[in-house]
Amino acid sequence: MSDRGTLRIQQISAHPGPVAGEGAQRQDKVCKLIDTTTCIGCKACEVACVEWNDMPFQTTYFDNTYQTMPDTDWNYWNLIKFNEDQHDDGSFAWLMRKHQCMHCEDPGCLRACPADGAIVQYSNGIVDFQQENCIGCQFCVSGCPFNIPKFNPNTKKVYKCTLCSDRVGAGLEPACIKACPTGCLHFGTKDDMKFLAENRASQLREVSGFQNAGVYDPDTIGGTHVIYVLHDATKPERYGNLPAKPRIPLSFTVWKDIFKPIGLFGAMLGFVGVVMHYVFEGPRREQPTPPVVRIDPPPPPAGKEN
Amino acid sequence: MTNGWIDIKNTDMMLIMGGNPAENHPCGFKWPVEAKRNRNAKMIVVDPRFTRTAAVADLFCQIRAGADIAFLGGMINYALENNRIAKDYLVNYTNAAFIIKEGFKLPEDGLFSGFDAATKIYDKSSWNYQEGGNETGKAVPVSAAATPAEGHEAKAAVVPVSTAAKGAASTPPPPPSLPPNIAYDLSLQHPRCVYQLLKQQYSRYTPEMVERITGIPKDQFLKAADLFTSVRKNGDMKKVATIIYAVGWTQHSFGTQIIRTAAMLQLLMGNVGRAGGGVNALRGHSNIQGATDMAGIFDILPGYLKVPNPTDKDLKTYLDRITPKPAKPNEWESFNYWSNTPKFMVSFLKAMYGNAATKDNDFAFQYLPKVDRNYSWVNIWNDMYEGTVKGMFAFGMNGVMIGPDSQKNIDALKKADFLVVCEIYPDETSAFWQAPGITPDDLKQINTTVYRLPGAGFAEKDGTFVNSARWLQWKNAALPPPGDCRLDQDILAQIFLKIRELYQKEGGKFPDPILKASWAYTLPAHPSLSEVAKEINGKALADISDEKLGISLKAGQQLPGFAMLHDDGTTSSGNWLYCGSWTEAGSMQQRRGTEDPSGLGIYPNWGWSWPANRRVLYNRASCDLAGKPWDPTRSQVWWNETAQKWVGNDVPDFKPDSKPEEHMGPFIMNPEGVGRIFVPLGAMADGPFPEFYEPIESPIENPLHPSQSTNPVVKKYKTKMDKYGTPKEGYNIVCTTYRLTEHYHYWTKNNPMNVELVPEPFVEIPAELADQMGIRGGEKVKVTSARSDYIAKAMVTKRIKPMMVDGKKLYQIGMPIHWGFLGISEGEGRTAKMPANLLTPTVVDPNAYTPEFKGFLVKLEKV
Repeated sequence: MSDRGTLRIQQISAHPGPVAGEGAQRQDKVCKLIDTTTCIGCKACEVACVEWNDMPFQTTYFDNTYQTMPDTDWNYWNLIKFNEDQHDDGSFAWLMRKHQCMHCEDPGCLRACPADGAIVQYSNGIVDFQQENCIGCQFCVSGCPFNIPKFNPNTKKVYKCTLCSDRVGAGLEPACIKACPTGCLHFGTKDDMKFLAENRASQLREVSGFQNAGVYDPDTIGGTHVIYVLHDATKPERYGNLPAKPRIPLSFTVWKDIFKPIGLFGAMLGFVGVVMHYVFEGPRREQPTPPVVRIDPPPPPAGKEN
Repeated sequence: MTNGWIDIKNTDMMLIMGGNPAENHPCGFKWPVEAKRNRNAKMIVVDPRFTRTAAVADLFCQIRAGADIAFLGGMINYALENNRIAKDYLVNYTNAAFIIKEGFKLPEDGLFSGFDAATKIYDKSSWNYQEGGNETGKAVPVSAAATPAEGHEAKAAVVPVSTAAKGAASTPPPPPSLPPNIAYDLSLQHPRCVYQLLKQQYSRYTPEMVERITGIPKDQFLKAADLFTSVRKNGDMKKVATIIYAVGWTQHSFGTQIIRTAAMLQLLMGNVGRAGGGVNALRGHSNIQGATDMAGIFDILPGYLKVPNPTDKDLKTYLDRITPKPAKPNEWESFNYWSNTPKFMVSFLKAMYGNAATKDNDFAFQYLPKVDRNYSWVNIWNDMYEGTVKGMFAFGMNGVMIGPDSQKNIDALKKADFLVVCEIYPDETSAFWQAPGITPDDLKQINTTVYRLPGAGFAEKDGTFVNSARWLQWKNAALPPPGDCRLDQDILAQIFLKIRELYQKEGGKFPDPILKASWAYTLPAHPSLSEVAKEINGKALADISDEKLGISLKAGQQLPGFAMLHDDGTTSSGNWLYCGSWTEAGSMQQRRGTEDPSGLGIYPNWGWSWPANRRVLYNRASCDLAGKPWDPTRSQVWWNETAQKWVGNDVPDFKPDSKPEEHMGPFIMNPEGVGRIFVPLGAMADGPFPEFYEPIESPIENPLHPSQSTNPVVKKYKTKMDKYGTPKEGYNIVCTTYRLTEHYHYWTKNNPMNVELVPEPFVEIPAELADQMGIRGGEKVKVTSARSDYIAKAMVTKRIKPMMVDGKKLYQIGMPIHWGFLGISEGEGRTAKMPANLLTPTVVDPNAYTPEFKGFLVKLEKV
């Protein structure tokens, strides 16, 4: 799912050295805008995703909902979540939210990933899995605050939405955007999308009577490259468990932000120690060579050839 | 649609009712969303369920299925009571000021004047205008003024007259016609002027009555009525409201009248003919509009010419019968465009029979079948069930599945001699003998010979689609038909050629219509659709010229438009409405110009829309009397004083040089020239004003007139299969049927991607009802109607609420129609292999003959 030829890489999972090409070329941060207030749940984006990415069909079962399946899957990266939202005051809404990878600015999956180069973040913000480097440990699954990466037990690899990095690299919009009939999906630079989203949210507040309308772009993970306009941004949980304050699990932040630097610091200390040792103790001196003791192997047992 | 898809973006207010465009027209639904986003337009959705469309609406009202006329009638009453009407428009562009003949009676008791209980047919002679002239301000006895409060007096006054009319009906009177000089009262005060009758008629549709009938709480109805009519606050004409509907309105035993009510409301508010306004039918298939235009209905010929009947002994009799004469106040003008009917008809006959159609033989008028009975859908199947129809060609539809009462249709096919099905999948119709419940012994009794012809899918054919906006758009074939499949036009052509060969060899009673039919295609067995399209457009058969239009054509040249059609046999055109779609300049349908100078979404160089590439019908009405647009920011057409003609961004739908002073009506297809709030004479079978009637299967008695609960002219079918349920028998849940975004009728159940999206049929059940019955989501339920039963899984939802209808608690349920007994999930045994239409009743609208799929009665039980 990679397109290293056209997109510049900004971060690489578990990569020890510098990132090749980092900062060599400035790329605008991209962003997908999902206006849930004009989504009609038609699933054109779901179909476009399956078809563009050539994913195998799977058997689904009726589950008392219009939703195609309970959650995204390794071969189903884009799912509209349908929620019947009944309020105590009698008001009712049918909320539909396109659920897919949020392409976090600070991706928990990438932080969690121990395999060198299995997850990369391009400098345009897209977080992409490189299945050829994936070791199938599923740490990314635990690292994701949105429950996005999905494991394929057959290939033992993890998959998710690529924000169509292959299309974006070629100057096209993601397949879901292209398929959306109502224009509730937009794609462009993050700045432009934020501008559009905020405008729409203020229209919803001022004209449509949604006083809590707002934009979902959670700063707890440095913002996302997929943002939502919500009728009620104060309660994103109503839209199929969209977390109000998504966080990368502590273990991974501790790992990357504390233990990993400590480890690196330890390693550096060791190196400094070695250098100091050289400085103060000088190079290793030639030691007298001990006498060579020759041990012959026992002869093979005779008469047993096969 | 009077307007078009893109035009919806110009609106300020949408009433979406009897349709679920987000579900069924997701691509077109872009435009309502644009209107919301870019114009702050409001959207009101009225539906039995909280739908995908309702999910993005500003206001949603849950209505009882079939109560639409009560809701819209209440809206009319609200607009009248609160002066939310377009006064100038109403007086000058509609028949509001026209005076109706004495003897006409409003249906306070459920019946208009002239009803014959024995035949269930109205004598419509009293549904007519009064002959006269300008009665403005004259002779209006105050005591007789029909104000709502005096409704009873008015009733008492007219009843004896109506009885007299009934008596007179025994001797057949000469066919009534519209008076040439209609009496009118511009002050709208005459007690029998249309406006006063309208007021009186809908004064009964109070908010309280609307609540009793529709189940929509009064305050919510008032909110909707206030919001919708707010575009006409203080008589300001700038804003525009649109009404958008689909088969949720047509599929009732009073469907045509629902649409009439909407049209009346729009005329009352001055919304017809204007950008962002109109009455907009969303067509449910990609080419349904084209099918209708090209006579996919038994009682019309292409271009909505009426079909001849046995009384039409020659062309002249026929043309006299169907060509309307102007009928208007003397002081006004009427274009009466249908006066050109003879030109359309003769050109059609020339297209049908070519050189065999001559002046001497009435242009081969006698070759056309004279239709002597009702050949509408349900009738055909009823006739087959009764054994009079012996065979059927089923092209482009799955007959067993789409009609009401699937079991009756299956049983009808068992009695047929032959069935020919052209499809791209093996469908339930061609496999009717595999329907559930048919045993091997039954199978031995079925002697129907079934021929399956593998047709081509839409992407395998070129040709045009005509969309809801009347746009003819050419498409190219994406790939050839696979395997042995053949293009549908090839199949039909080869059947025709074979039949003609048989007639040539063996003769017959009347071989000429077949032998002499024009078949001038380069490859007769493989007619190219571009040749057919050119033939439909039509050409000059002799050198003709028109000085006024400044056009002269050589024989053989394509016609530039229907203004060039002649009734002397010098032109041919397969459908006058499409004349102009393939001219000497080439195929207008293939144009792909994306320029839109006005910004109104007119795109004049994209494809071609009938009539005459006009995007909004009746657009003269977008201007005031002087010919200036009501809203200059949405200028469609206007009167150009210097040029002395109508010009504009759109093609004016008007006589181009008719000065505003001439007072020509904008509704040029009516002989009156004005919009009909009151429909005179026989145009409607069931009344000149819409009246609310209960569906044939209804949970309550009609609160307006319990003695005449249902539509009086609706006829029920009489075979043993035609059963209708009542609440007394325990059928007390209202059920409705519909489609899903994820599926296309009965095709996509063969396609894995669609099946993945929605794998199984279901029944949507209100959560409260499910709780009462102990039904959990995913459990199987059985829905039983008087016809049959249907088993599927329950979808327990909060999107359908219980409602209070006429003081009684009522539940509604609904089900999608997409599954049958052939398909992927059916094959895997994951569904119950049942068509939803097993449940629906065989009863039809008396005007359009559309079955009542929406709002029938069922019982519900857990399996």
